[in-house]
Amino acid sequence: MSKDKREKEPLFSAKNRKLLINPLHKDNPITTQVLGICSALAVTAKIKPAFVMTLSVIAVLGFANVIVSILRHGIPPRIRIIVQLVVIASLVILVDQVLKAFVFDVSKQLSVFVGLIITNCIIMGRLEAFALGNKPWPSFLDGIGNAFGYGWILIVVAFFREFLGSGTIWDYPVMEQLGVYNFGYQNNGFMILPPMALIIVGIIIWVQRSKDKSLVEEN
Amino acid sequence: MQSNFYIFRYASVMVIVVAAILSSAAMLLKPYQEKNKAIDKMKGILTSANIEATSENAIQLYKDNITEEIVINNKGEIVESKKKGEVEPGKSLAFSLDLKKELYKKGRGEDFNIPLMVAETNGKKIFIIPLLGTGLWGPVWGNIAVKDNFSTVVGVTFGHKAETPGLGAEIDTKIFQAQFVGKELFRDGKFQSISVVKGGIGTMPNDMQIHGVDAISGGTITSVGVSDMLANCLENYVPFINKRN
Repeated sequence: MSKDKREKEPLFSAKNRKLLINPLHKDNPITTQVLGICSALAVTAKIKPAFVMTLSVIAVLGFANVIVSILRHGIPPRIRIIVQLVVIASLVILVDQVLKAFVFDVSKQLSVFVGLIITNCIIMGRLEAFALGNKPWPSFLDGIGNAFGYGWILIVVAFFREFLGSGTIWDYPVMEQLGVYNFGYQNNGFMILPPMALIIVGIIIWVQRSKDKSLVEEN
Repeated sequence: MQSNFYIFRYASVMVIVVAAILSSAAMLLKPYQEKNKAIDKMKGILTSANIEATSENAIQLYKDNITEEIVINNKGEIVESKKKGEVEPGKSLAFSLDLKKELYKKGRGEDFNIPLMVAETNGKKIFIIPLLGTGLWGPVWGNIAVKDNFSTVVGVTFGHKAETPGLGAEIDTKIFQAQFVGKELFRDGKFQSISVVKGGIGTMPNDMQIHGVDAISGGTITSVGVSDMLANCLENYVPFINKRN
């Protein structure tokens, strides 16, 4: 092998940067790829669980992508989905165990959702679409990028739902401090319910597409 | 395309490696998890007696406020009683008693033991009874604190493993739990558990409303589970209470 061939591509080459940044906006898993909607509805009633869910997904997706990418030449294609599932499920169990050991209160709130990371379609989607055909480093960036893209939507949705639904931000009683209750303001209980998450995600998609026409599909 | 042998070998090795990693992680983290569970239990016990506790100060508050931890058998006799300071918080028999096993023994008609915690505020005793039952998807649990007449409820806490968020899971909210304060467990000297009533306590006769709370809309099975848990756990204390009076 000649020397120039072995020369590595820089860690943050334009191509790699794209992997990290595109999922934040143009190629966002929730608003563009429409993956992971179900968990976006479930954990966004408050910012805190949304934030922890984001961290968990970053950890799981980052590692799962790297592991599958390292194993990609050895994985028998006929059982690749099973292998991917085993990798994801083990990582999720690890995350769950760590949460239970070190942030018990949060793990109590997330209870069911941590297990649901396994079924989060973003993770399987990225493993199948990217990690199986790419080197570990780009796969890692792709995983982190997609998890962040998922996470920021989650947190924005949670911000509006918590602020308007419970009158708090990160459990801090903002509305009470502002004293708006004295003027007859009431929290909107509807914001707490899952349908509002869908509507907020819808609004984000709308804003995103009206700003970037290239995302609008032609019929 | 790989041979079948390769696929089998790959799958077997993968399973063994994953099993080893997961079981060692579970073993390493277990002490931390057990500690968290104990703290959570203390928090539940304290909160039901209206002593606000956080994860940080729960152990200290438990040490300061719980004056006695008692184990009672199903005939109402005291099996073991530890006064404040006799044991470290979380180490007494009453605290570590496995309610699930005891209730299982009850179901089989065998003798069983039950725990009772005593707290004291303003010179008045509060009795705290741990609860365990079944919800829709998994276990539900909690604590109920009563005044020294063993009838008037001071407070409750509930927890659950996997009830539906927004529906059954609402049993762990303050709004649901606040309804229990001031309800009565005895009626004319006879035990009358608190029921969680679908459609609201407005559907009950006026004089029975003191023994009921509103159920959660959309969480009927969990609500029934809470009702059953209260009845099933509290009735065990009746022999003890009768002896005491």
